[in-house]
Amino acid sequence: MEWESVIGLEIHAQLATKSKIFSSASTAYGAEPNTQACAVDLGLPGVLPVVNKEAIHMAAKFGLATGSNVSRHSVFARKNYFYPDLPKGYQISQFELPIVEKGEMEIELEDGSTKIIGITRAHLEEDAGKSLHEDFHGMTGIDLNRAGTPLLEIVSEPDIRSAKEAVAYMKKLHSLVQYLEICDGNMAEGSFRCDANVSVRLKGQEELGTRAEIKNINSFRFVERAINFEIDRQIDLLESGGEVIQETRLYDADKDETRSMRSKEEANDYRYFPDPDLLPVIIDEAYLEDVRKTLPELPKEKRERFISEYSLTDYDAVILTGSRDLADYFESVVQQSSGDAKLAANWVIGDLSARLNKEDISIDQSPVTADMLASMLKRINDKTISGKIAKDVFNAMWSGEGDADTVIENKGLKQITDNSAIEAMIDEIIASNPQQVEQYRAGKDKVFGFFVGQVMKASQGKANPAQVNEILKQKLSS
Amino acid sequence: MFHTKTLAELSQLLTSGEVSSVELTQAFLQRIKQLDTDLNSFITVTEDQALAQAQAADDTIKAGTAGLLTGIPFAHKDIFCTRDIKTSCGSKMLDNFISPYDATVVEKMSQAGMVMLGKTNMDEFAMGSSNETSYYGPVKNPWNTQSVPGGSSGGSAASVAARLTPAATGTDTGGSIRQPASLCGITGLKPTYGRVSRYGMIAFASSLDQAGPMAQSAEDCALLLNAMAGFDRRDSTSIKKDVPDYTADLNKDLNGLKIGLPKEYFDTGLDAGVAEVIDQAIQQYKDMGAEIIEISLPNTHLAVPVYYVVAPAECSSNLSRFDGVRFGYRCEDPRDLEDLYKRSRGEAFGAEVKRRIMVGTYALSAGYYDAYYLKAQQLRRMISDDFTKAFETVDVIMGPSSPGTAFKIGEKTSDPVSMYLSDIYTIAVNLAGLPGISIPAGFSNNMPVGLQIIANSFEESRLLNVAHQYQQTTEWHRQIPDAFI
Amino acid sequence: MSLKADDVKKIAHLARLNINESDIDDYATNLSSILDLVEQMNSIDTSNVTPMAHPQDLAQRLRPDEVLEENQRERFQKIAPATENGLYLVPKVIE
Repeated sequence: MEWESVIGLEIHAQLATKSKIFSSASTAYGAEPNTQACAVDLGLPGVLPVVNKEAIHMAAKFGLATGSNVSRHSVFARKNYFYPDLPKGYQISQFELPIVEKGEMEIELEDGSTKIIGITRAHLEEDAGKSLHEDFHGMTGIDLNRAGTPLLEIVSEPDIRSAKEAVAYMKKLHSLVQYLEICDGNMAEGSFRCDANVSVRLKGQEELGTRAEIKNINSFRFVERAINFEIDRQIDLLESGGEVIQETRLYDADKDETRSMRSKEEANDYRYFPDPDLLPVIIDEAYLEDVRKTLPELPKEKRERFISEYSLTDYDAVILTGSRDLADYFESVVQQSSGDAKLAANWVIGDLSARLNKEDISIDQSPVTADMLASMLKRINDKTISGKIAKDVFNAMWSGEGDADTVIENKGLKQITDNSAIEAMIDEIIASNPQQVEQYRAGKDKVFGFFVGQVMKASQGKANPAQVNEILKQKLSS
Repeated sequence: MFHTKTLAELSQLLTSGEVSSVELTQAFLQRIKQLDTDLNSFITVTEDQALAQAQAADDTIKAGTAGLLTGIPFAHKDIFCTRDIKTSCGSKMLDNFISPYDATVVEKMSQAGMVMLGKTNMDEFAMGSSNETSYYGPVKNPWNTQSVPGGSSGGSAASVAARLTPAATGTDTGGSIRQPASLCGITGLKPTYGRVSRYGMIAFASSLDQAGPMAQSAEDCALLLNAMAGFDRRDSTSIKKDVPDYTADLNKDLNGLKIGLPKEYFDTGLDAGVAEVIDQAIQQYKDMGAEIIEISLPNTHLAVPVYYVVAPAECSSNLSRFDGVRFGYRCEDPRDLEDLYKRSRGEAFGAEVKRRIMVGTYALSAGYYDAYYLKAQQLRRMISDDFTKAFETVDVIMGPSSPGTAFKIGEKTSDPVSMYLSDIYTIAVNLAGLPGISIPAGFSNNMPVGLQIIANSFEESRLLNVAHQYQQTTEWHRQIPDAFI
Repeated sequence: MSLKADDVKKIAHLARLNINESDIDDYATNLSSILDLVEQMNSIDTSNVTPMAHPQDLAQRLRPDEVLEENQRERFQKIAPATENGLYLVPKVIE
């Protein structure tokens, strides 16, 4: 039997507002417990919500950037359930009339083709607080600082067919919300998290299988693993004559498995109704026009510009525009290094990215700033150093030994470009290797490499390679 | 004999220096001590804070910066959050709740220099029409202590009727200001929805709740509304509209005023004695030059059914925050989370509150939403449209506030539906968000009868004018129960 | 509409209300009579009527994105049933 998996993602992006969605308390991460939970966040008797203008603006930006319909009339509704991290006993969310509907995202697949993933809707809602399970005499502690932080819940169509596609889509959205500056994308702090709806069906079958929802997955790696585990689990179950039940599951990263959450389902009757403390959010054309003007250059536009403006390959442009920070870094290097875009691209995609990956840090934490890399590239261009020596300079800059010029000066890495000095070295090497000279002259061209190596060794790598080549050729053939 | 005076009269005595706010406050505190034991109209008396506020008011008066309400004692319904003072909402759930903040209305009254004597008794979470659902026991009607004062603002109504306070605040979700005002023989105004901030007023049904003044006269209500009304940035449903001086139009004559009498308000359910009093009041208006026009509000009979979907639905959600976690009652030794929720709520909510939470929960639950909640919202529109149409031909609508006079304590407690039907004339006004006032219009079997006047949105000035003119030619609002003279 | 004891129990659970076993029948009777009252609504055809969620036909007013609240934890937790280290305590939550 051949199975096909059908996946839809619900992504919760915390919006980067200063204050909460319905109160004027701070959304800053990491404060002492309950010090940023005001009367409204705590759901004290008598308090009322008032909507944050910026949350609406951010949702509208997202809607426009994904070609969605931004609703002229959207409504906040109450989702009723009891949970200790939900102070009012209901979450203010949007149900029937969300602010964003019917958009799409294009993702690139591994074989280089592209695929469109539909966005069903994106709605605004308030985040819940946090339950801390470390033991307080057998009790759980509740911190409501996060309660009321604005979330944009982005719901995809079930267009995704594999864990890899899911990750590609999630990365794409992750990059987009940062481009739009509506979410800091910090997954470790929970600013960007994902629920995955997974089902399987026989290939060719039209009807969808019963789905399981995997809750709160907070890294790309875990999304891939959790989905793959869940697909395998469901196929095993079905092939052994079992049945998939509709339920909520949790991904346990330590055991690399999903497991059923103590069924919340039985009481899963949320009794949505329009929040009578709030009125409909009305958006008009003029407002949307203003929002449109504030949209930054989006990944796709930037990629096309990089190809045409910097003559980059499609491959390089895709990588460099993968995140707004990386793209900005690259452009800053190009501007400050007198414009050799290809060289800058090679360094950013090559040595810099490799190093960032290895140390698992993001580009804004790189010890080699765009300025530093740019001034190093300038020294390559003006032949002060060779491309090879540049690698040493880069490593030294990374370890904090100063900027390019300082490293070159301190380590004496300046390239030897004095013809007579190079000639002297070459003469000596020709003199002491008569056998190889013989071979070369007899037509064994490969030996040429041996001579280059000897010269570079003698110069400690500092001889200008082009000059070495030219002089060697001339001397060997005379 | 300060207690027989209206706010307007007390205000003059204070400015002229004939009495100080401290003296006035002491006099009323003394009356509460003497007379409220049986009446039970107060849950909390805040003597120390009252005297401190009175002293401050006297200083303001001496400094010459006093306003019309500076130094005048009054009481808040115990539904308004008062900082550092117990705010119980008539419930065991909040018996231990010392509010950490002030409601906007509380702030505004303090800013006006008024002196809070205490917090008045009420039906639990404002759910009731008789004040019998209060955790603190029923309030008695000063006109007959065997009878209910009405509700839910029964403590406010009874305390004003007994002249234990010159005025009080109330809230009205389905008649909770107008009905007790009617049953206790005082004047009570429910303003247009959105006119007075709901911030800090413990929510019963958010799309219906509105705070308003309860006092001896329409003029006093105008003075109080001047202080209470206004835009509040903390309430999304508060209206950004200038607050007029509600006393400005009080003396306009009523010549040519078009009064609509909805035939549905004089139907079979109306007590004959009440009908007679209302007829006389209408006659009085005719004599003052008003034109009487019979109108129809055809969906009147649906107001109670619609209300008992909308209000319970909203309350079932509004009262979810009372879960024993952050404030309020918590059961002893909960076994687990579910036990904490169920017992805290089960032990601390009274039967009527539980009933309404359950009706609302049911009406919103999967499979029933369309048949109940959505249907009710559609009928709400039709009820509201009836009024819109009526106000195309009339200036105000008049009728009884309640189908009967105060009933006996215990008479309707076993049959919630018969209790609900006693709000039949007031409920539609909340569904439509309109302003309404109840004024004393006479007596039937020695119990007060209230005339209800309804106006179009934001026409409180007109309502107060129409009520005041009647009170200029009648003395019903000046009547005090014998035991409290 | 007549509610049975089981319906009452289900609703009470959804609303997290503990109801004494001995009171269940009373609730069933009272709730049923309230629902009977409510069902008078069915006599009217509302198929073309726009629902009215709110008395004011207005748009939501929006608040500027400013932090105006200060830490009042001590004040708020003074009235809480159980707290420790600034956290609200509840019986163990099992996920």
